[in-house]
Amino acid sequence: MTFWRNQKIRGWLYQFAALLLVALCVAVLADNTLENMRTRGIQSGFGFLSQPAGFDISESLFGFESTQPYWQAFLTGLGNTLKVALIGIILTTILGVLLGVGRFSQNILIRGLCLTYVEIFRNIPLLLQLLMWYLVCVEWLPTAREAEPFLGIYLTKAGLALPWFGDVPVKAGFGIKGGVTLSPEFFALLLGLTIYTASYIAEIVRSGIASVPRGQLEAALSLGLSRAQTMRLIQLPQALRVIIPPLTNQYLNLTKNSSLAVAVGYPELVSIANTSINQTGRAVECIAVIMAVYLTLSLLTSVLMNAYNRRAAIKER
Amino acid sequence: MLTWVRANLFNNIFNSALTLLLGTLLLYAFTHAWGWGISYAVWSADVEQCNAARGTGACWGVVAEKYRPIIFGRYPFAEQWRPFAATLLLMALLLVSCVRVFWQRWLVALWLGVLAVFFVLMHGGVFGLTQVDTDQWGGLPLTIALASLSVVGAFPLAVFLALGRVSALPVIRTLSTVYVELIRGVPLISVLFMASFLFPLFMPEGMSIDVLLRVLVAMILFAAAYLAEVMRGGLQAIPRGQYEAAASLGLTYWQTQRKIILPQALATVVPGIMNNFISTFKDTSLVTIVSLYELTGSLDIAVNSDPNWMPYKLEGYLFIAAIYFVFCFSLSRYSQWVERQVNRGKVH
Repeated sequence: MTFWRNQKIRGWLYQFAALLLVALCVAVLADNTLENMRTRGIQSGFGFLSQPAGFDISESLFGFESTQPYWQAFLTGLGNTLKVALIGIILTTILGVLLGVGRFSQNILIRGLCLTYVEIFRNIPLLLQLLMWYLVCVEWLPTAREAEPFLGIYLTKAGLALPWFGDVPVKAGFGIKGGVTLSPEFFALLLGLTIYTASYIAEIVRSGIASVPRGQLEAALSLGLSRAQTMRLIQLPQALRVIIPPLTNQYLNLTKNSSLAVAVGYPELVSIANTSINQTGRAVECIAVIMAVYLTLSLLTSVLMNAYNRRAAIKER
Repeated sequence: MLTWVRANLFNNIFNSALTLLLGTLLLYAFTHAWGWGISYAVWSADVEQCNAARGTGACWGVVAEKYRPIIFGRYPFAEQWRPFAATLLLMALLLVSCVRVFWQRWLVALWLGVLAVFFVLMHGGVFGLTQVDTDQWGGLPLTIALASLSVVGAFPLAVFLALGRVSALPVIRTLSTVYVELIRGVPLISVLFMASFLFPLFMPEGMSIDVLLRVLVAMILFAAAYLAEVMRGGLQAIPRGQYEAAASLGLTYWQTQRKIILPQALATVVPGIMNNFISTFKDTSLVTIVSLYELTGSLDIAVNSDPNWMPYKLEGYLFIAAIYFVFCFSLSRYSQWVERQVNRGKVH
């Protein structure tokens, strides 16, 4: 047998060739990039991270001034990303589960409403939805002056003002004082992400519940449990095993989609990176930072999820 | 009829109360929406009337006035029949590709042919057509072209990536896995930033590539990772016996894949591929951010350039939202239909 007909040797040859090809591509691209950077006078390296950023950030968790260095600007952006992602995940889970469970309601109005919601919001691009919410926030809402509170909540062009532990927002001059204020950018982004992701979560929850055998429902009803009890105690817990893995994916999607904030001007990681690229021209480094952060987030989530999955898996007798 | 109403709306006290409450709310919302969107709305392209109806009725006049720049973007006005014809052609081909009996080898050739015709029609410069550079392309034709080209371009790459991920060769498997997970871990916008900031640096000196091509490559690289995962699902659903039977017939690896495994695997994942196409279709709206003016971007340009119509941007957004909805909704219905077809063919 000639040696190239040997399967093992051919396997090695293929792998070697693939590796060589990838290495070659990387080498050519890197070489071109370095050459281009030299001729265009683009500086490289992560040294700029310790230079002062020179731009302001409209909102941040711990305050940010333009004299602070770039790495702190990136951290502020990451903080803003995590803020919108965490609050969004909580809200979208609640809304999504309600919508998914609603598909099994005995009331046809609720069933129809939930189905319509899912079909509408899933079939329109998120970016367009975000732009629409933002437009509604900054143009259609009343100004702070004309606004009337609803249960102590002000929803105005200046954003959403909520009461916070007895600190109730009140009108003061041209603005609103007290309480917690969400900027219109943050509010529009949160609203868009929550509503869009909830339509996916609703479908996941629906198919999860549908996967629980019908006998479970019948058995629970014949034991005298009410519909609501059956859903809460029998169907949902069993559906959870099917629901959790795709649900995690949606959480990750929401986090990744928060990068669309660049279109409505909420200063999260990608917007900050975009500004930094325009100011310093260090595109390679800034994009590397974005990718590294998101990959870390994905990796962390999947590690946590795998741990949860091992616990939730059905223990066979 | 009465039994249906009783079973679905009034089967107990709680549901009856819910029906009444929800019914009132829905009726209220519906009459308001109807009033704003239909009865008090202004349908003609008349700014005065729109300004008068502001707040009480929608101004669909903005669509009547601006539908050409919204749908065709900055494409020269006199030449807009070209993107119209090209898009119709592409959509007809998409429809043809949806029919199962046409899933033949000649469909690939047809795709290549139609894409060539599409490019010639859009770009011109030959056959007496004036040349229109890609930076003037926009609107719905660009959306449809980007979406279909991304998925069609990603298809071959995705097949290799999927085969790579289930390959017995460790190096190939690792390379494919790393690629797929890397792309799936980052947002599309970062890949688009790469296309717009980094791809020019990747090119050899003095060579520059068109923005549209750069973005298209980025979309293909992105879609391929997701498509590969869909196909891997199909590959893993193939019973071991199929591989063993092929091997005992003396088929080589590539023969086995081409003649036995891939046809079965791909047929089962057609719904998944369709869903991938739908998300790619929606994702094309992101290219606005790297200054390619597809439907969302062309609306911004069309409305923002005219202060008279600027206050009626929401109506414009609703109009393009309706366009996106019609496309995505019909595609998802088709995908569900295929799914039922696929399941029906299975022997349980």
